[in-house]
Amino acid sequence: MASQSYIELRGITKIFGTVVANDQVDLSVRKGEIHALLGENGSGKSTLVNMLSGIYSPDGGTITIDGKEQRFQSPRDAIRAGIGMVHQHFKLVEVFSAKENIVMNEGKGVFLKGKALSEEIYKIGKKYGLMINPDKKIYRMSVGEKQTVEILKVLYRGAKVLILDEPTAVLTPQETKTLFEILRNMKAEGCSVILITHKLGEVMEVSDRVTVLRKGRSIGTVETAKTDPRQLTEMMVGRPIDLKIDRPPVDPALKKRVLSVEHLSCVDGDGIRVVDDMSFTVDGGEILGVAGIAGSGQKELCEMIAGLQKASGGRVVFQGEDILGLGPRAIIKKGVSMSFIPEDRLGMGLVAGMDVVENVMLKSYDSTPGPFMDWEKGRELATQIVEKYQVDTPSIYHPVKNLSGGNIQKVLLGREIDLNPALLITAYPVRGLDIGASYHIYDVLGQQKQKGVAVLYIGEDLDVLLSLCDRIMVIHHGRIMGIVEPHQVTKEDIGLMMLGHHPGEEEDHV
Amino acid sequence: MFKIVRKADASPAQERVMRGAAVVAALAASALVLALLGFHPIEVYAKIVEGSLLSGHRLVSTFNKTIPLVVLSLGVAIAFKMKFWNIGAEGQFYMGAFGASLAAFSFYWLPAIAMIPLMMVSAFVFGGLLALIPAVLKSKFSTSETLVTLMLNYIAIKWITYLQYGPWKDPQAIGFPKIPKFPDAAVLPELFGVHIGWVFALVLTVLVWVLLSRSKLGYEIAVLGESETTARYAGMNVTRITIVAILLSGGLCGLAGMMQASAIEKSLSDQLSGGLGFTAVITTWLAKLSPPAIILVSFLFAMLLQGGVYLQSALQISSTVADILQGVILFFVLGSEFFLRYKIVRRKGGEEAKA
Repeated sequence: MASQSYIELRGITKIFGTVVANDQVDLSVRKGEIHALLGENGSGKSTLVNMLSGIYSPDGGTITIDGKEQRFQSPRDAIRAGIGMVHQHFKLVEVFSAKENIVMNEGKGVFLKGKALSEEIYKIGKKYGLMINPDKKIYRMSVGEKQTVEILKVLYRGAKVLILDEPTAVLTPQETKTLFEILRNMKAEGCSVILITHKLGEVMEVSDRVTVLRKGRSIGTVETAKTDPRQLTEMMVGRPIDLKIDRPPVDPALKKRVLSVEHLSCVDGDGIRVVDDMSFTVDGGEILGVAGIAGSGQKELCEMIAGLQKASGGRVVFQGEDILGLGPRAIIKKGVSMSFIPEDRLGMGLVAGMDVVENVMLKSYDSTPGPFMDWEKGRELATQIVEKYQVDTPSIYHPVKNLSGGNIQKVLLGREIDLNPALLITAYPVRGLDIGASYHIYDVLGQQKQKGVAVLYIGEDLDVLLSLCDRIMVIHHGRIMGIVEPHQVTKEDIGLMMLGHHPGEEEDHV
Repeated sequence: MFKIVRKADASPAQERVMRGAAVVAALAASALVLALLGFHPIEVYAKIVEGSLLSGHRLVSTFNKTIPLVVLSLGVAIAFKMKFWNIGAEGQFYMGAFGASLAAFSFYWLPAIAMIPLMMVSAFVFGGLLALIPAVLKSKFSTSETLVTLMLNYIAIKWITYLQYGPWKDPQAIGFPKIPKFPDAAVLPELFGVHIGWVFALVLTVLVWVLLSRSKLGYEIAVLGESETTARYAGMNVTRITIVAILLSGGLCGLAGMMQASAIEKSLSDQLSGGLGFTAVITTWLAKLSPPAIILVSFLFAMLLQGGVYLQSALQISSTVADILQGVILFFVLGSEFFLRYKIVRRKGGEEAKA
């Protein structure tokens, strides 16, 4: 056994305070294989690979690489042992070129070896199919290119093992395809790839074997060819789960125009048009999905409708009235509710240090007369939300920052829905959630739709957008590329539109 | 080899134990310092208690120091709740005292019943306006309120010094640089042997508690303190909340200055505070912004200050010993915050660390 596995992790345990992040985890990766590490958020995937890459040191267990036991004191030790990690959030210097980023911190001499270096990078790149212009500055690169630089950086340092933490989270379907091609090339060259993900489709597509983690323990390792998504989900969640998202039918009487956005534009501080002449409508009893690469204007669009961001032109007509230019408080009172989940989740919608009661009062505290808080009402509201959405919290007086991601999201969405909005704007509501919790949120959104609420859903996962939404608006650089109906398009069509192609256009060769 | 590890969040009970332990440790460490200086620590501590509590007169002196500390701390607490690091209590105290003096000298003919409220309002406004400067600078130019409030302290103090040596100098003081005494109507009356400021302090404690824990404004201040984007998202008027909170914060500090000038000094001087405004930052922090705890902590610190004064006369120990004690206590309590969040563990298996 040990002879064929290149990396051998045995009984790895890691404890943070009272939280056991990894409990006796075993993982063995062979030479020349793509090994998927599958698990829900908080199952300990990142902790495990952080120990393999020298960022954390384990509290127990052994790490063996190529037959030698290793005790990494720092990431430098891990790099020396041939382990390279590509983090979810890129660690690149924006104003440097690809080349400079790749050799940074290598400390071989004072000067960069200009041409020879470009040559070397080109050679490594060619071997694995990583095509990049070494002199291009990072800030001019697309997300996919940046990731390529990250991978090159690791390979340049001689990594034999590549660890990728949720690499496809930021990629379009086309970029994902390219990435998988690169990974297959690496495998052919005898490298080992550890792919961290929670997307089953990717696991099935690219991996040779899968190790599933659940709640800090390793549940088992299976051959991808001998398993299916259903079995993997069960291993991940611990119980069978229905992977179908309902698109419930809606009483046609509820189909009234709720929101109509007309020629809406927004110019940011640098004079860039982040939202460019957008026009669309959302009806009651409808979920309009918004698909686009992160940073295509989703945030600004939501914020303009909610009154948090100044528009430079256009109209936002809500129930027959132009609400553009009204303050956020006035817009909330009219029945527009926005639950925006920013990347750090706690940045905007919730107050991290406050308890559940204080957080559910955030939007309604001023609806009672007088200068005093109605904490009794807050207590009732909190209890009600905790019960209705099965929020797992020790008490309603528990700070939300100590809750898990799913429970935080439930509190947020519960509060928004409790306001009985006519329009519910929700951005990334399942970001960071486990499968069970995600499906719960989809159900909640479906119920809102059936009640006649107009839902604007900013999403990431195209599969979900396709099965949850009634129509999908695809945006690219602040412009609407098209509004499509899910049954008329494929995931690839949407991916192309996200890259700036109009529907029906042939794919250009880039 | 040791390493620092993040701990689970401590419960409120654990926190209290930790803080108590920190104070005990601080006293022990101070004892060591005192012993090194050639004093008998137990005797010094006993004298501090004796000098601050064990006679009517001394107790009154301790109360006289507690009152301004409480009011100052309440003011600081409002700003701190908003994570606006107002360390300008000292300056706001002096501007308040100046505002009160301005009223007392300008309307010297008023009876006490009109004079005292007028002085209070004036003190509140002057203290509040001084605090507003860093607030406006922060919201317009993102300047650091810590630096600006700190620097404004010196401007305010020097302004008083200027008045004392210049325009407001008492011509009857035969060249001695002092400001004339207030008219009698401008002096706070006594109740049960202590100036009536103690009643104000208690009432203000209740009011600030209501403000912070029960009112919408207090909730808004707390949300804004945690995250400005969240406050905006919830539709709060961030500018209005900031202005009101900072006016209240500076105003309370100004009020403390008025009471001190009116009841204790019965005049204005650049020695009026003796650093109370800085001590208030410490007491507020130690009390964790809780108004009831502010009373307790302020009283203990007043004991320390008053005991220090007594040490000087009884044992010929410089009253700066009390300052050292204050510093050591603060050091230990702030240090304990670290141990509330982290623990130090021995690294296992790190012996064979090879380069």
